[in-house]
Amino acid sequence: MGWVGGIIAAELTKAGIQVVGLERGKSRSTEDYFMDHDELRYARRFELMQDLSKETITFRNSESMRALPMRSYGSFLLGDGLGGAGSHWNGQTHRFLPYDFEIYNQTVERYGKGKIPEGMQLQDWGITYDEIEPYYDKFEQVAGISGESEANPMLGKRSHPFPTPPMKKTPILQRFEEASKKLGYHPYMIPSANLSENYKNPDGISRAACQYCGFCERFGCEYGAKADPVVTVIPTAMATGKLEVRTFSNVTEILHDGKKATGVVYINTVTGEEVTQPADVVVLGSFMLNNARLLLNSKLGTPYNRKTGRGTIGRNYAYQVNSGRAVGFYDDEEFSTFMGAGALGMEFDDFNGDNFDHSDLKFLHGAGIRISQNGLRPIENNPAPQGTPTWGKKWKETTLKYANRVLTVATQGASLPWKHHYLDLDPTYKDIYGKPLLRITFDFEDQDRELTKYLADKAGEVMKEMGPSHVEIKDKLDPYNIVPYQSTHNTGGVIMGADPETSAVNSYLQMWEAENVFVVGASAFPHNSGYNPTDTVGALSYRAAEGIQKYLKQGGMLV
Amino acid sequence: MPGLKLGKNSKPARSEQPDESRRNFLKASGMTLGGLIVGSVFGGVLTDNLEKNNSPAPASKPEASLQDALMFFNQEQFKMTEAAVERIYPEDENGPGAKALGVAFFIDHQLAGPWGYNARDYMMGPFVQAQATQGEQSRLKRNEMFTLGLEGLKSYCQQKYKKVFTELEAQQQDEVLTAMEKGDKFPMRGVTSSSFFKMLRSLTIEGVYADPLYGGNRNMNGWKMRKFPGNQMSYAQQITKEGLVQMKPKSLQAHMSE
Repeated sequence: MGWVGGIIAAELTKAGIQVVGLERGKSRSTEDYFMDHDELRYARRFELMQDLSKETITFRNSESMRALPMRSYGSFLLGDGLGGAGSHWNGQTHRFLPYDFEIYNQTVERYGKGKIPEGMQLQDWGITYDEIEPYYDKFEQVAGISGESEANPMLGKRSHPFPTPPMKKTPILQRFEEASKKLGYHPYMIPSANLSENYKNPDGISRAACQYCGFCERFGCEYGAKADPVVTVIPTAMATGKLEVRTFSNVTEILHDGKKATGVVYINTVTGEEVTQPADVVVLGSFMLNNARLLLNSKLGTPYNRKTGRGTIGRNYAYQVNSGRAVGFYDDEEFSTFMGAGALGMEFDDFNGDNFDHSDLKFLHGAGIRISQNGLRPIENNPAPQGTPTWGKKWKETTLKYANRVLTVATQGASLPWKHHYLDLDPTYKDIYGKPLLRITFDFEDQDRELTKYLADKAGEVMKEMGPSHVEIKDKLDPYNIVPYQSTHNTGGVIMGADPETSAVNSYLQMWEAENVFVVGASAFPHNSGYNPTDTVGALSYRAAEGIQKYLKQGGMLV
Repeated sequence: MPGLKLGKNSKPARSEQPDESRRNFLKASGMTLGGLIVGSVFGGVLTDNLEKNNSPAPASKPEASLQDALMFFNQEQFKMTEAAVERIYPEDENGPGAKALGVAFFIDHQLAGPWGYNARDYMMGPFVQAQATQGEQSRLKRNEMFTLGLEGLKSYCQQKYKKVFTELEAQQQDEVLTAMEKGDKFPMRGVTSSSFFKMLRSLTIEGVYADPLYGGNRNMNGWKMRKFPGNQMSYAQQITKEGLVQMKPKSLQAHMSE
């Protein structure tokens, strides 16, 4: 149970509805992070992540390849245990742009249909920014998001200010701010779920301020300063007495009669027993990959067929395009880059979404350009200029010299959907229960390479303005490779929309093909934007919680 | 232990341009105070230099840590690993190398544990030759690969130099490692020499910089060389300061004694 399960449980139980939460992993609390500042255990051996010996995914770049299992972690990390990915995230809490929700219509309107390349499966979300705004607001108030509330011309309007002020603007951030303003851009503090000050949320939950200890992403927060379902929505739900959390309970199938679900089957992983849990409403709130897999393994909903384009389960898998960056080396200055917080950073959106003219560009959408001060830890950060040997005396000397002398301006680019990027069941590989693994077919496209090159150059201009001794611009995008870590912003597979032919769920996240099943999470994104996904996942969870309450009262399709 | 120049209570201060001599480093990091008998390091270059610099030699030979024993390697494997990681991260004017930092013990312990046995990795078949984008697909466990890698290293040296790796000159050892990294006519069973080298390099960096609780990064000297303060509870007061703030490092052990 992560953000989705926690939010929906909190909202439903507050309304007096009985909820059973099935969590395949263990229970977790802030006390478990006593020895949290351990880079090896958490960042390199993936303490908080799912045990891949039991279940993983398979991957291929294209249909001409044989998919093979991801045997150990690399490109993205799957959360496990109470809190899910909401325990190990960084806390960057961006809203998507108004453009994102109407990307197809707005693209056609501004540039004409011909602008969308052959094979790109761009589609609107079936909800507008103005419609989703109150749910964003709700999530931000509950999580206590810290940010700058002043109107930003690059972003959608806010109905309320952020509940807490922005994080500390460190010297590194100031340097980025000055440089990007000088170039005419509109930098702002990244909205942060690492609290800038002590905060009591509307549910009465109090949490302490962030200590900038530098151990966020892949780590839990021992202070509870990072918004995590375990310190926010799950206790709210538990306080009602209406939530029963069952840990070590791995759901393997949704029971249904073809039209409605009757409950789920889960394995009690302590005893090995298979248990049937009946339900009036079933909510799928696991990580997006597992949402799609559960539906496919349960034969609920029509699987996406890439050849005919029909069917929806598995459609529009997307990721994040973040290879473009500019690295600045400072021979004469040192910085405290080991200090930080997961969501401590500044960003500008002048080249994100459709905030700039794409008429003469060979790509759509864009990327946020940002500097982050997340805390550079020593195993994973040993920067050296290109051409430095990768081991030995020279390497040691150089990496020690630059250990505290490197700043990076990074880009986080949108990933748009293609007909041939999708999820289905693997024909060969199985999990420990004998159920097929999910297969990912995905690669980067020319769109992504063009985007990377353009955005990396912009990042480079900012970096040069920040006064380093020399700059290296990384503007090449290799084929997608599952080995190096890139991002855990995987999206799609059970997407939302207004048309049952091209979407699996409606704007309440209610399945078109099973009215009492709600599939919630980044699985619902028809494409991925140039932002972190959690704010949108949180907003959709509040929207779904409202829909479920409506459904329990009136029944039937809500849209 | 004599602290870094900045003294107690982690008092923040502006960084000075670092040009510490090794002697200063060794003094500052308290390296002579024990817990450092790693293989033959105690009689090695570091101590020689300390003595030349008239640093006070320990009155009697300090006892080795009782934890300095092996869980996985045999003696030959341990020595080969120790010599190889020292070439990857050598002792120099900045401070100790991988050998003195205990990296070979770190690797031994990692290979004996859940990571070495791929306990949390997907290990079901079929095992099929992968494309470069699909990741490792070996049926072997990491510790089996490591054993076979060392076997390959041994026979390569035997064939080319008629010697064992530990007897080669530093420059020859570098040649061997370079060939291994390139996969240049470097036969190994069950693992390519370049992926074995990659594993060796990655383990070396982990052993140098992981918390000392795992057996490497002795006395936090890996951290001290790069001014990384380790496990600190808060930087809330320091993070708005310009430049590099230096602090006396703490390991996770600090939590046990607090």
